[in-house]
Amino acid sequence: MLTRRGPALLSWLLLAFAIVWVAIKAFGQGFGISGNGPQFVITALNGVSLAALYFITASGFTLIFGLMRVVNMAHGSLYLLGGYVALDLVNHGMGWWGAMVLAALITGAVGLLVHQALLRWNQGQDLRQALITIAVATILADQMIVHFGATPSSLTPPAELANSIGLGLYHLEYPVFRLFIIGAALVVALVLWLVIRFTRFGMIVRAGVDDRAMTSSLGINVPLVFGGAFFIGAALAGLGGVMGGTILSLAPGQDDQFLLSSLVVVIVGGLGSLRGAAVGALLLGLIEQLSAVYLPQQFTNDSILLTFILLVVVLAVRPQGLFGRRT
Amino acid sequence: MTATAAAPMLRSRGLSRYFGAVPALHGVDLEVLPGERRAILGPNGAGKSTLFNLIAGDLAPSEGTVELFGRDVTVLAVRKRARLGLGRTYQTSRVLGGLSVEDNLYLAVLGARRGHLRLLRGGSERAIRKRAREVAEQVGLADRQHAVAGSLSHGEQRQLEIGLALAPSPRLLMLDEPAAGLSRAERLSLTKMLLELDREVTLIIIEHDMDVALTVAEHVTMLHQGEKLLEGTPQEIRANKMVHDLYLGNTHGEG
Repeated sequence: MLTRRGPALLSWLLLAFAIVWVAIKAFGQGFGISGNGPQFVITALNGVSLAALYFITASGFTLIFGLMRVVNMAHGSLYLLGGYVALDLVNHGMGWWGAMVLAALITGAVGLLVHQALLRWNQGQDLRQALITIAVATILADQMIVHFGATPSSLTPPAELANSIGLGLYHLEYPVFRLFIIGAALVVALVLWLVIRFTRFGMIVRAGVDDRAMTSSLGINVPLVFGGAFFIGAALAGLGGVMGGTILSLAPGQDDQFLLSSLVVVIVGGLGSLRGAAVGALLLGLIEQLSAVYLPQQFTNDSILLTFILLVVVLAVRPQGLFGRRT
Repeated sequence: MTATAAAPMLRSRGLSRYFGAVPALHGVDLEVLPGERRAILGPNGAGKSTLFNLIAGDLAPSEGTVELFGRDVTVLAVRKRARLGLGRTYQTSRVLGGLSVEDNLYLAVLGARRGHLRLLRGGSERAIRKRAREVAEQVGLADRQHAVAGSLSHGEQRQLEIGLALAPSPRLLMLDEPAAGLSRAERLSLTKMLLELDREVTLIIIEHDMDVALTVAEHVTMLHQGEKLLEGTPQEIRANKMVHDLYLGNTHGEG
């Protein structure tokens, strides 16, 4: 275990301080309904549902990186593309559910195309692949402005998920759709885990993450498996885009936003680790939401800094990420 | 030895490899017959591993030709040579540390099969699992099948590596220092396993440990400074004074 004791101690202290701070702010006036408890519950749920969205998007990113060592800089563009495609389909009369499935598949196909047409020939050349995906991201961003405009738009959740539901706590109500995203993230995590743990495809993925050259020397057709993984990774970005386009908005700039959040999530969690992506997403989502509410008033605008403090602390203590492997 | 009966499994002619101007291997002729057990000996830097890499295709020769199973493979890619029936291990340990022993062997069997492209479990699943378990038993890892390869002892990892090379049922098996770093007991069980190896499989072994090499091999090729110094039976090698001075004397008290 590569852990540095000094920074580790400091980061535990920081975490403890943050928890105590939030606890005092939230429940300092007691647990009654007149205190700040209700606000805390809503903020925490917002954090967890945002984390769920980050996880869905970043799980695809970490899958692609873990297997191929490709830092897919077009991942955010695929996220936004998924959202826009779903919006287009809905505008053409398709239901939200159908649009979600089709948009994810189309985004996956675009990802597969990028891999087969551009990346496959540059296997192992990390810098070149990063540059290629940046080019793809730039082209996609411009094309999306041409086709979908630059005014923010968003998807309407399907009728059955559009309401709010009582939480049975402080008489609070919460949007069903945000709870649905949390459920969707759990399903994505479960399915990915089952596929990686119990299928032949998943075994090859694990072997490839372990030692790509060795797996290939056993005679396994690694490029084919890579293509499949790229499809799944891109489809997950698209799925994230549909969810994000429903609770947030679809607009130029969202692509960079979600590329950045995916990067933070997998760097914190450890590149290539699914468990790491889950923990990283949870940390990022909670920190973003809680800091916006619980930082002292004069620092509220600096809440974005906390995200990077998280990054710095993790890199100082465990440079390979919380669940990452040393390479 | 029925030298005239069958075509050689391996034949090299004038095989050379230069790194810059330095010859790592120079003009080596080698002929290994079906079912033979051959040891390649020589001090460090004699060119043993270079010879293996040239035969397996990991290195391209500067001069000379390599024939496997009666076919000229001098310019054939590594994977294609493996498909023809060549299996090998490397000097340094190479296993998939995050997977179980059984899964390691499973992938090695899978990789050698055509139609392994079907990514989901197909009809051949049971056959592949069965073969993986057979190999685990053969290399003495039957009771360690579910252990994660990374948690195995060094000796067990080397056993697994031999298993990985054996899994695709090669006709020619090349082992690069399989006894390196093994305990005395592990070396004994390795020797036993190699002696029990099916005669369908031809074996070439690079080994520093004389007990293992000269027990397993029926035929020894001695390399020195990139050239073939002499060939003979283990008895002839043990008796040869030049070999003693060069090699045996240094590593083995009385030889």
